[in-house]
Amino acid sequence: MIECKNISKIYQSGNIETHALKNASFKIADGEFVAIMGPSGSGKSTLMHILGCLDTPTSGQYFLDQKDISKLSDEELADIRRGKIGFVFQSFNLLPRATVLRNTTLPLVYAGISRERREELARKALQGAAFPEKFWNHRSNQLSGGMMQRVAIARALVNNPTLILADEPTGNLDTKTGEVVLETFQRLHKEQARTIILITHEPYVAGHAERVIHIKDGEIISDEKNNQQVIIKNNATS
Amino acid sequence: MQLVDILHETKTALSANKARSGLTILGIVIGIGSVIAMVSIGQGASGQIQSSIEGLGSNLLTVMPGFLQPGRGIVSSGRGSAQTLANEDIEVLQQIAGVAYISPEFQRRFQIVASGNNTNSTVIGVNPDYAQVRNVSPAAGGSFITEAQVRSLGRVAVLGPTVAQDLFGEGNNPVGKTIRINRANFKVIGVLQSKGSAGFFNPDDTVFVPLTTMQKILAGADFLSMIAISVQDKNLMPQVQEEALLALAQKHRVDPQSPDFSIVSQADILGALTQVTDTFTIFLAAVAGISLVVGGIGIMNMMLTAVTERTREIGLRKAIGAKKRDISLQFLMEAVVLTSIGGAMGIILGWAIAFAVSKIAGIATAVSLNSVFLAFGVSATIGIVFGYYPARRAASLNPIEALRYE
Ligand SMILES: Nc1ncnc2c1ncn2[C@@H]1O[C@H](COP(=O)(O)OP(=O)(O)OP(=O)(O)O)[C@@H](O)[C@H]1O
Ligand SMILES: [Mg+2]
Repeated sequence: MIECKNISKIYQSGNIETHALKNASFKIADGEFVAIMGPSGSGKSTLMHILGCLDTPTSGQYFLDQKDISKLSDEELADIRRGKIGFVFQSFNLLPRATVLRNTTLPLVYAGISRERREELARKALQGAAFPEKFWNHRSNQLSGGMMQRVAIARALVNNPTLILADEPTGNLDTKTGEVVLETFQRLHKEQARTIILITHEPYVAGHAERVIHIKDGEIISDEKNNQQVIIKNNATS
Repeated sequence: MQLVDILHETKTALSANKARSGLTILGIVIGIGSVIAMVSIGQGASGQIQSSIEGLGSNLLTVMPGFLQPGRGIVSSGRGSAQTLANEDIEVLQQIAGVAYISPEFQRRFQIVASGNNTNSTVIGVNPDYAQVRNVSPAAGGSFITEAQVRSLGRVAVLGPTVAQDLFGEGNNPVGKTIRINRANFKVIGVLQSKGSAGFFNPDDTVFVPLTTMQKILAGADFLSMIAISVQDKNLMPQVQEEALLALAQKHRVDPQSPDFSIVSQADILGALTQVTDTFTIFLAAVAGISLVVGGIGIMNMMLTAVTERTREIGLRKAIGAKKRDISLQFLMEAVVLTSIGGAMGIILGWAIAFAVSKIAGIATAVSLNSVFLAFGVSATIGIVFGYYPARRAASLNPIEALRYE
């Protein structure tokens, strides 16, 4: 359960103040699949960082599962990220020289989970992200973009998070591989009832979510249910 | 985060850029290696000096003319010129309990000629006890100065092996031949076994004649240049030294606080020389230590570069839940592993250098276990000290800023 109350974020660099978010308020219930849409520079990534406990708002309050995050220290935020949140970054951010398995287990390393258990959880996550088993021991810089994105999704899933945040997950992919990734999100949402927040500037991608929040110049301009949700059939996976 | 995981990350990170890691390690290898080599050369040299002083004779007290003050040298008069020790002093010293042998000595340099060869050597007038006190013995086929020769002003000489060789050539036995010292003829009765140089005094390059002959015939003076006292037991040394001081002061009618002679024990000489060699060792170690610091700066430089290069990676690790402690431990471990590998290799290198120096240059070296442990401790400390700042910098990166970093 996510609740934002009048969240603002002001970046200060020198004398210039950038109001990246202005009084944003909304709620997202557990198990929702939401797309956040907006043009470049509208504050989408800023919002995702706050929702993902990577950053705190300048003013306003952010409640994650009834807990006020706005006032927590860096170390407390790290604990929450490790326990509840899975990130999928626009630019994958994999460790290039590490294997697929190693990349996937990385969040568990910091959670202090035993080696055997890590392997087990990583297998499950990679299967969940529809990542073919024959590449598991490949180094991640030997993979195609679509494969890398699936490793990034598996890494986001591995700590069994209740909240998955994806910042432009299809931004670097062609339409077909993009659809595979979107199908994965839809399946995770439907089968495992995880809360998924997808950030994009493409209406086509946003069309795969149940609900779309529009943001412009740091303000929420619309927040509505998506009545024409595009459902990708399972056979699109290959 | 578990230790095995930190080590795994360290291995991955260091092997990712082998050339850079190798060069950084090389800096530490040179630093630690030179510290080990220099300290072992210093310690070896002081060990050599110590054993050669002990080889001069054990439990030895030396009475010298002139007042020698620690740190100020001879104050009342120069060593050679003071003529305050006389033959009568021997009888006084013989009364002291604990004295084993007394060897009065008179030494002077003379021109020595034999079978057309010419050499300038130290000639020492001695009594038979000299052999016991100074641990010298004649080679087979010869003898040392005897009591009878001293009493009869015998014109006999015992040669050090270097002098024997200079005068008669290698392989010729000088015993029975005649040499001329200061235009007086002496019969050679023995040649000493080689002892090697004892730092400042080389008994091999010396000629021995009876003390009486030296005083009456060669020098024409009846003072002594020194008296060596050998003490029965090491534990009696301070007591004998004290009693000898009081007895001689009374005999010379001088104040024991500022006598006209001085008594130096083996321990005093050793102490003074140890001070010199210790200073020498510290100096060498300091020079080597500078290269160790340079190596440490190399570590810091590499770690700072690594932090900059891996900014995005650090951002990612923090984003997925790594704490400050996890990040700083990872970078610290890299620095410590680098310095430990360098330290281990440096110990081997230092050992090899020390070994080569003792083989090639003939300088004794001693690699002590202490210096090995010290070097290892120092290199680990350098890793921590020089790795700390880069590690802290990495740990305090803001994850969002780090992820945005290009
Ligand atoms: N660390 C920062 N320091 C200063 N200004 C920032 C910082 N991060 C973002 N901004 C500014 O805040 C505004 C919103 O940025 P944000 O990254 O949230 O946009 P976005 O919607 O994600 O854009 P895009 O679609 O291009 O990724 C922009 O004007 C940006 O320049
Ligand atoms: Mg963005």
